Amino acid sequence: MSSTSPVDPLLERAPLLVRDWVSGLFPAPARGLADALLAIAAVILGFGLLFTLLTLVERKALGRMQNRPGPNRTGPFGLLQPIADGIKMLVKEDIVPEAADRPLHFLAPVVLVAFTLVAYAVIPYGRHLLPVDLDAAVLFFFAAGAATELAVFMAGWSSHNKYSLLAAMRALAQLISYELPLLLAVVPVVMLAGTLSTSGIVAAQGRWSFGLVPHWYACTPWGAAGLVIFLIAALAEANRSPFDLPEAESELIAGHLTEYSGFKYALFFMAEYLGMTALCAMAVTLFLGGWQAPCMFLQVVPSYVWFGVKLAAMLGLFIWIRGTLPRLRMDQLMRLAWKFLVPLALLNLGTAAFWRLSAGWEALPAQLLRWALALLLVLGPAAVIGRRLSARVGPRTYRYAAP
Amino acid sequence: MIPVLTAIAVVLLGAAAVAMALRNLIHCALWLVLAWSALAAFYLWAGAEFLAFAQVLIYVGAVSMVVLFAVLLTRRLPDVNPAPPPPPAGGGRILAGVAAGVLVAGVVARAGLTSPLPAAGAAPVLTTRRLGVELMGAHAGALVVAGVILTMVLIGAVVLAAPDSGDAPEGDS
Repeated sequence: MSSTSPVDPLLERAPLLVRDWVSGLFPAPARGLADALLAIAAVILGFGLLFTLLTLVERKALGRMQNRPGPNRTGPFGLLQPIADGIKMLVKEDIVPEAADRPLHFLAPVVLVAFTLVAYAVIPYGRHLLPVDLDAAVLFFFAAGAATELAVFMAGWSSHNKYSLLAAMRALAQLISYELPLLLAVVPVVMLAGTLSTSGIVAAQGRWSFGLVPHWYACTPWGAAGLVIFLIAALAEANRSPFDLPEAESELIAGHLTEYSGFKYALFFMAEYLGMTALCAMAVTLFLGGWQAPCMFLQVVPSYVWFGVKLAAMLGLFIWIRGTLPRLRMDQLMRLAWKFLVPLALLNLGTAAFWRLSAGWEALPAQLLRWALALLLVLGPAAVIGRRLSARVGPRTYRYAAP
Repeated sequence: MIPVLTAIAVVLLGAAAVAMALRNLIHCALWLVLAWSALAAFYLWAGAEFLAFAQVLIYVGAVSMVVLFAVLLTRRLPDVNPAPPPPPAGGGRILAGVAAGVLVAGVVARAGLTSPLPAAGAAPVLTTRRLGVELMGAHAGALVVAGVILTMVLIGAVVLAAPDSGDAPEGDS
């Protein structure tokens, strides 16, 4: 498709060459297994490292946003802070409540991390870097995500603590509510790409108008709306601010994590960041063209670099949002999901269908009409439903005691 | 491939048996989830990728939540009052159980022995689209009947769970 540039083959194939060299050290029958293990090790190491880095970057960025320096004592510029945190988590005492259901209490973080990591198998990191190419990869990703809900319940219930159980139920209500818009936002992409395979979806976005404007799904009216809905739902699925009610310290004393300490707590923490990264990677794959370069001539840069840049941008957006928006209340959270995001996501299906049916409108006036109609279909309902959502729920007025 | 199938079958049937045997309802539900996951593994073994992922997404992700919520919302505390143990099994009940088991096993064995095994290597080509067309076309009646039965079950559950209007409201006293 685009192996015209001279630098492309070597840099593009470099990870494959390294893998083949390493697995070449093994005897021939074990090479398939070695390849698979190498891919797993690369994903775990790469994203484990990204996780440690992300915690530092997040604390630094949040600190700057709040006009304070952030961690700056461990190593130069606080760079060794994640290592200090890791050592602290490892040596902390692991306390299990006496009344807790021990096997489940132990299993919950394990199940959570396992299913979160499994989701990474189907994300195309580069032109040749897709660990497992499944036909139903998108379904696989969200099935793995759905299984993590079970871990939250196990954690809340096995702790044998009222607050943990209540918070776990609340967390489940949130996860289930936001899974609906998350999945509905993905359906138009599957409709338009005509495939559930992530490599197919990325390939379907690999074209440019005039060699400059990418044909990413985010550059269409329905795709932009889908991306926004997906990102809001992803924030809630990853328990990120402004939807961090399940584990915020001021809400039900950190919820289902209350009775976890030491490395089990660290595992929950890790699973949360890994889940957020996986959702960001999926958003990049589905809406932002995956590893495709934004312009045709930029294809000289290897595809995995583009994927990394887009992923970093998404993660930066998530941190920025956390530093900007205040937390929602439980009822506002539910109302936003069921009365705003779900109807909009359903309407977006219709917009995508219109976009698909009007694909043949080639002439310029017809193109303009197509864009205008699609934008109207996206923005009109959003304005109407948004207005109704905030009707009768105006800004709260505070009455102070008379002086 | 047969050892894999055997392992899956052992996990599936074992988890289902444990789910029926335990007294703690939450543990039962979690074992049931394991059985559903094993069923997904079986679908994977049989090459039905799409069905396997849908099974995980729907059963492990959603139906399990419905079950767990139902358990937690209908019993005020999960393990304060475990269900009373069943009366010890008498001879009649054991006999009835064995007879039912033999009957089912006989029917299954007869079906397995008399129907010809599909020829190896000739895997039927069945796309998801074809499945959908079949479900909505030729077998639409069965689909509607299944839907009606499920709706009846839902309504029945609501009727069973709703308190009688004469009952005193449950208080904390």
